[in-house]
Amino acid sequence: MADKDKGLLLDIRNLRMEATAYPPDGPPHDIVIVDDVSLTLKRGKVLGLIGESGAGKSTIGLSSMGYGRGGVRITGGEVILNGRDILKGGSRQLRKLRGKEVCYVAQSAAAAFNPAHRLMDQVIEAALVHGVASREEARKRAVVLFEKLGLPDPGGIGERYPHQVSGGQLQRAMTAMALCPEPDLIVFDEPTTALDVTTQIDVLAAIKEAIRETGVAALYITHDLAVVAQVSDDIMVLRNGQTVEVGETAQIIHEPREDYTRALVSVRSIEHKEKKPAPKPLLSVDGVTAAYGGRGGVAVLKNVSLQLSPGQTLAVVGESGSGKSTLARVITGLLPPYEGEVHFAGRQLAPALAQRSRDDLRELQMIYQMADVAMNPRQTVRNIIGRPLEFYFGMRGAEKERRLAELLDEIEMGEGFADRYPAELSGGQKQRVCIARALAAKPQLIICDEVTSALDPLVADGILKLLLNLQKIENVAYLFITHDLATVRAIADSIAVMYQGEVVRYGTKSEVLSPPFDDYTDLLLSSVPEMEIGWLEKAIASRRMESAGN
Amino acid sequence: MNLSRIPISAWIGIILTSAFAFVAVFAQVIAPYGEGQIVGGLWEPMSAKYWLGTDNLGRDLLSRMIFGAQTTLFIAAAATALSFCTGSVLGFTAAVIGGWIDQALSRFVDLLMSIPTLIFALVILAVLPANTLTLILVMGLLDSTRVYRLSRAVAVDINVMDFVEAAKLRGEGHRWVIFREILPNALSPLVAELGLRFIFMVLFLSALSFLGLGVQPPEADWGGIVKENKEGIVFGIPAALIPAGTIAALAISVNLVADWILNRTTDLKGGRGG
Repeated sequence: MADKDKGLLLDIRNLRMEATAYPPDGPPHDIVIVDDVSLTLKRGKVLGLIGESGAGKSTIGLSSMGYGRGGVRITGGEVILNGRDILKGGSRQLRKLRGKEVCYVAQSAAAAFNPAHRLMDQVIEAALVHGVASREEARKRAVVLFEKLGLPDPGGIGERYPHQVSGGQLQRAMTAMALCPEPDLIVFDEPTTALDVTTQIDVLAAIKEAIRETGVAALYITHDLAVVAQVSDDIMVLRNGQTVEVGETAQIIHEPREDYTRALVSVRSIEHKEKKPAPKPLLSVDGVTAAYGGRGGVAVLKNVSLQLSPGQTLAVVGESGSGKSTLARVITGLLPPYEGEVHFAGRQLAPALAQRSRDDLRELQMIYQMADVAMNPRQTVRNIIGRPLEFYFGMRGAEKERRLAELLDEIEMGEGFADRYPAELSGGQKQRVCIARALAAKPQLIICDEVTSALDPLVADGILKLLLNLQKIENVAYLFITHDLATVRAIADSIAVMYQGEVVRYGTKSEVLSPPFDDYTDLLLSSVPEMEIGWLEKAIASRRMESAGN
Repeated sequence: MNLSRIPISAWIGIILTSAFAFVAVFAQVIAPYGEGQIVGGLWEPMSAKYWLGTDNLGRDLLSRMIFGAQTTLFIAAAATALSFCTGSVLGFTAAVIGGWIDQALSRFVDLLMSIPTLIFALVILAVLPANTLTLILVMGLLDSTRVYRLSRAVAVDINVMDFVEAAKLRGEGHRWVIFREILPNALSPLVAELGLRFIFMVLFLSALSFLGLGVQPPEADWGGIVKENKEGIVFGIPAALIPAGTIAALAISVNLVADWILNRTTDLKGGRGG
């Protein structure tokens, strides 16, 4: 291998991967997961694989280790790593290669670390098993890597257990684990997707820095084009197991050739004109303090006050643990606050669910993040949407059917869907049915708890457009809980920023999103990846300057 | 459902179990002789006339076995039904309502479970009049503690899912939540458990009869037949082994069916992936 420094590292040719599907009605049959995909990767380069769920990006990433997850088989093509076809070798050869030449960084570091072992032992394990380094050397290398990745106390952090470090730190430790045996290639599978936006930026910067310094090549898998634009040299767009477009990062971002790529680049370009707050609010939360485990418990909400005008959207933004979902539980009555009041449509709402009237319940509906667990898997769409009609309005027979058809029409789904079970719907369709279920009650307020977070960007876009459209028709107000600022920009009339149970900033959208900012809002806003090459460096640099200034 | 995808073991279980059920239902038609009818000498060997020979009083063993199947299966089925109705309704209620009702029920069940079932049953049956109804009640209620534990555990898991929360937010009562939201999703593990519990009932009943507190002679049941003929073993007469073997065969065949059901549908998402 004379050309070890410049040459071709990975060459995947006409890869085809299949799995066997077992439909409940009918014989098992093979389905194609990856269809005729070819890619090349030079040493030290980063290729971004992007696409929505089911596009086959993780499957392709894992194929570079000769691995098929969950019964997926490689049925055609070649995977040439370091000049030899790894599919031809047996499992013994693959074992030699995995963890030595190719390493893998999983989406959920918390699930990938063994909670019973110290970080250090797990980080150096691959290097020891493959005999790349002695225990002492490996430990030294790990400490250097911890330092490079910006982990606090690089000398001592290895002695901790996985539960003793934060999610972002664990993800960096996992990157160190992948880098420790000095592999030629690392497969990053959505390494920052599960992290908060303020943490994501640090991890992203650490990963990029580590890639640059060690000169390792990488396949970077994500569904977020703005993220991949920061780290990769080239981007490959995938859809339904096929290549849509391959090109340099700048070309994909600025001059996408295919319609699908164009749609991905221009996603979240919804224009929404902010409405002025009405004199009489529909919902008003006054000085609410709430805790789990009663008065003695840890306060999750501290003196929260908010108002929402009829027919408008209030976005509640914050990272995980900021108390935004708890706020929804207080408003719906699932968690009675121990201080403060909630007023709705001019009357005070009883603190606990059991004391509220049926009309209170009807006018305040909720849509959940995970649509598939928000619907009873044993009920058909007809029963799911029909139940509120029966329950609140006593509708039966033809009248109910008519309203059902109307609702299905409003969510842009046909009547043919009425007899399907949730398992027979796609992610976006499930969320639409949940919206219809909420609308069926003719509510004045719908609480949307991260309703688009679990969806692919294009599908989420459709859901947001639908919600905005329905707001115009039905004049319903939304309390929109999200961690995604792009969504907020798209739909909000007013915004509340929450941090550690407190509202740190509250006002109309234009007020909240224009300077001067408080520290936390500034951090939050500057952490949202923008679809611009070099954004990451700028953001990190401005952050360093600020902290130097302080 | 595709018949060709049922594994061979499940087929064996299904065929044998339905054969037992058929015999039990049509015992009066199938049995060659009456239940208590003395037809020959003691412990006559197997012959064309008496396929399985005769028992310790000279009754036809095959006929005793067939009537025994009816008694045994009927009592076991009735007791299982009772234990499932009580156990699952109480278990679901405890999980959904929670609070002190859950505490009271669960601690009471713990108390019952801390006493070995067989000994407890022996004590109660020794006091109460010996008839079929008492047997069913005692067996069913004692066993419902196990069903209670399982259904409460399953329901606690389902109870925290968003669709149940959505129903509660809609203002639905406990009855709707239990029977419409939770029960359909808890059915698979419960159905599989049903098979296992049924077999435990058969074994339980046989043990009680063997000890003389179950089905009273001259009525036939499998445990009782073992008891009546156990002295014969010393003389090399297999009359006691036949009911014992039948109990084992029934246990295995019902378990094969239960295993298959458990395999087919284990999780909440309606069966294994794909």
